[in-house]
Amino acid sequence: MKKCLLVTRHKSLVTVFKMRFRNPEKRKNDFKEVSLGLTERQAVKEAGRCLQCKKPHCVAGCPVEIDIPKFISFVKEKDYLGGLRKIREFNMLPAICGRVCPQENQCQGQCILGKKKRPVSIGALERFVADYELTSEKTEIPEIIPPNGHKAAVIGSGPAGLTVAADLAKLGYDITVFEALHEPGGVLTYGIPEFRLPKKIIRKEIEFVKNLGVKIVLNWVVGRTQTVEELFKDGFKAMFIGVGAGSPKYLGIPGENLNNVYFASEFLTRVNLMKAHKFPVYDTPVKKARSVAVIGGGNVAMDSARTALRLGAEKVYIVYRRTEHELPSRHEEVENAKEEGIEFLFLSNPKEIIGDDKAYVKELRCDKMVLCEPDASGRRRPECSGEEFTLDVDQVIMAIGQTSNPILVRSIGGLNLWGEGYIKVDHDGRTNLKGIFAGGDITTGAATVISAMGAGKRAARAIDDYIMGRTVGAIHELPLQ
Amino acid sequence: MFKILHKKSLAPMVDEMVIDAPYVARHARAGNFVVLRLHEKGERIPLTIADSDYNNGTITLLFQKVGKTTNELGLTKQGDSIKDIAGPLGHPTPIKKYGHCVLVGGGIGTATLFPILKSLKDADNKTTVILGARTKELLVWEDRFRGYSDELVITTDDGSSGRKGLVTEALKEAIERVSVEIVITVGPIRMMKAVSELTKPYNVKTIVSLNPIMVEGTGMCGACRVNIGTKTRFACIDGPEFDGHEVNFQELENRLNFYKKEEEQSYNLFLRKTKRKVTSNETVM
Ligand SMILES: Cc1cc2nc3c(=O)[nH]c(=O)nc-3n(C[C@H](O)[C@H](O)[C@H](O)COP(=O)(O)OP(=O)(O)OC[C@H]3O[C@@H](n4cnc5c(N)ncnc54)[C@H](O)[C@@H]3O)c2cc1C
Ligand SMILES: Cc1cc2nc3c(=O)[nH]c(=O)nc-3n(C[C@H](O)[C@H](O)[C@H](O)COP(=O)(O)OP(=O)(O)OC[C@H]3O[C@@H](n4cnc5c(N)ncnc54)[C@H](O)[C@@H]3O)c2cc1C
Ligand code: SF4
Ligand code: SF4
Ligand code: FES
Repeated sequence: MKKCLLVTRHKSLVTVFKMRFRNPEKRKNDFKEVSLGLTERQAVKEAGRCLQCKKPHCVAGCPVEIDIPKFISFVKEKDYLGGLRKIREFNMLPAICGRVCPQENQCQGQCILGKKKRPVSIGALERFVADYELTSEKTEIPEIIPPNGHKAAVIGSGPAGLTVAADLAKLGYDITVFEALHEPGGVLTYGIPEFRLPKKIIRKEIEFVKNLGVKIVLNWVVGRTQTVEELFKDGFKAMFIGVGAGSPKYLGIPGENLNNVYFASEFLTRVNLMKAHKFPVYDTPVKKARSVAVIGGGNVAMDSARTALRLGAEKVYIVYRRTEHELPSRHEEVENAKEEGIEFLFLSNPKEIIGDDKAYVKELRCDKMVLCEPDASGRRRPECSGEEFTLDVDQVIMAIGQTSNPILVRSIGGLNLWGEGYIKVDHDGRTNLKGIFAGGDITTGAATVISAMGAGKRAARAIDDYIMGRTVGAIHELPLQ
Repeated sequence: MFKILHKKSLAPMVDEMVIDAPYVARHARAGNFVVLRLHEKGERIPLTIADSDYNNGTITLLFQKVGKTTNELGLTKQGDSIKDIAGPLGHPTPIKKYGHCVLVGGGIGTATLFPILKSLKDADNKTTVILGARTKELLVWEDRFRGYSDELVITTDDGSSGRKGLVTEALKEAIERVSVEIVITVGPIRMMKAVSELTKPYNVKTIVSLNPIMVEGTGMCGACRVNIGTKTRFACIDGPEFDGHEVNFQELENRLNFYKKEEEQSYNLFLRKTKRKVTSNETVM
């Protein structure tokens, strides 16, 4: 399974469609968006390549099963808003997904054209129609839905929560989303940088969800400001937990608490949520460094590295213990990072951060690794080669993964959990507790925007069934994806 | 938006304000804090809930003006609003009947101690409170403390109130005089460190309330990490109170100084903008 994924990914390295990107030398100095998307002509031409398959594989690759050939046919006819309307039947956040989905592993990875040549650039087309609405000012106003008189609560305003909220609002539910931070959006807002996903795009898509009648309450830490029991007492018939997996993991190597060692979550939150790159106009600072080592190989690592570069670092390394083929990040971001001059150190495993006499980072010591023979699971594990090397850096950013957000989960007694505090759910997001549903990163561990949205969609249906009394809420033990 | 209902100055550089925040007030427990952001461009800063009123839905915050945000907060007036307040956050202090408890507060840290004292008293404990300050006029809430302590000792550096000397001297006497079950201390790092070092040989359980720099305060960034018995813990969700005998105070102090340069820059810009005289920004604790 893992192996085939790698093959498709690898193939897409050579067959990815060239969108327009800003010049790396210019863009690496600011936070403006890197990818410019498709022109109208490119979009129509790309849409024309789609074979309109009767049994479209691409749809099976999309976690929310957008009717891809249909929306593409609208683009071909130049009815862009028609295309957008079609997408929105399945996905409320198209401008976001078009930008951040790992398409090479999802819709595009399955496109039939990809077998021989280049797959249709589905993500870019999705982004194109969503952006078309933004620039043409012809905003689609959703029709007002007659209320059905039932209240449901959504905890967390990330992609999972927003999807549940939108889907239930469309069915006439009175929905309130509670968000702990002072801005909605979850990782989209505090994690993914402006140069990849502009905040105004997020705001616009959240506005659309609000226009469906969804209320969003900020600064509301459920479990603290109000407990889940109190929410039920307030008349919420069911609730969806989408609190994400934002809590940072750490390696546990010596020197992790030296000054100028950041966890990626803090580094990115300072910049994205608190606008520290605009310090002192904004009050929150972030340390600019000369030479930075980012540890990890996922989206979070790429985002941290490219953010550090934009803050003014002369040299930025990505330190990753496997090889390029195993990089879990979106392929496009790896390419972008390379173009901007980020240096990748593969097969390198950090073992110690060394500080100066004032407890500031001075060096990063790493083991050089080799990949050993595949084990029973077919995975090649990295092993120490015995050699080591030292990097001269004054900042280290740990981007090795996140784990479950603790506050809410800790506040609910009797909730079935797995692993490091993730919520156990069945296929449709039912937890073991009556009326409580969950989905997104808090049930799977750190995953993707669109898988969180897919979970949200299923949970919304299950919540509707539950409130309308169409199911008995029994939990089926389900192997977690 | 959270409305400031009352505001007054308690001591040079220390203000008290009462804020309308019914949901926070309803759940506030001793040891909890809030994170607030004054306005769109503001920083999120943690402040302890020094008191709360369930019925009126208000919380009381005490803050010492040390940098940009706290000084800007100092400029707000009754009737103004604070843009964001999230809470109550942090683990509440474990309250039970211990027996004899000694509470040691220094500087603004005394504010944090007040709700702890109240709860301990309600749980039927005998309480000795030791409050330290540089000088008399920096002492806050002495009267409130008196109402809940079986014994209240004031120490000042200059002897202008209570005894001349440090809190640790008074604490040592207390420990040697009676059997003390627990010491809870809040104040400047050096004071908490000294208290912990003092109680260790006596084997008296000692709780300290740590104040690392925080960002969101909900366990999601790791900015507030501290080293407790060689384990990394997050003060906003695992703390802010920890066993004083296990804390790596040196590391905490290093990390608190990390943004010194930026803090100064921000503060100086603020002074220029508000055209305020450069007042002495020295720490009163
Ligand atoms: C830097 C970074 C880059 C990424 N890049 C990509 C990418 O390019 N493509 C992709 O597909 N995926 C990417 N991901 C992963 C993706 O963002 C997540 O999988 C997705 O956001 C998960 O959505 P969610 O709704 O489950 O939770 P989140 O987005 O984490 O949202 C959870 C929300 O719940 C709130 N919350 C937590 N506790 C409480 C509480 N007690 N009460 C109220 N609210 C609470 C949080 O504040 C947060 O706003 C990236 C992740 C990061 C960190
Ligand atoms: C859990 C917790 C509870 C707190 N409760 C209170 C309280 O009830 N009353 C109160 O006055 N203060 C309290 N603090 C400290 C308060 O948060 C800081 O004083 C405030 O963030 C400083 O912001 P500033 O912009 O005014 O100053 P800055 O310019 O940011 O900093 C000025 C000086 O304060 C120090 N400092 C910065 N951040 C903190 C911090 N988080 N804690 C301690 N010192 C810091 C810096 O090292 C610097 O020397 C608490 C801190 C924590 C973590
Ligand atoms: S939502 Fe993501 S996976 Fe689905 S079609 Fe759009 S880009 Fe592809
Ligand atoms: S698989 Fe490719 S060609 Fe076929 S419908 Fe989907 S996008 Fe079009
Ligand atoms: S302040 Fe972010 S984890 Fe504690």
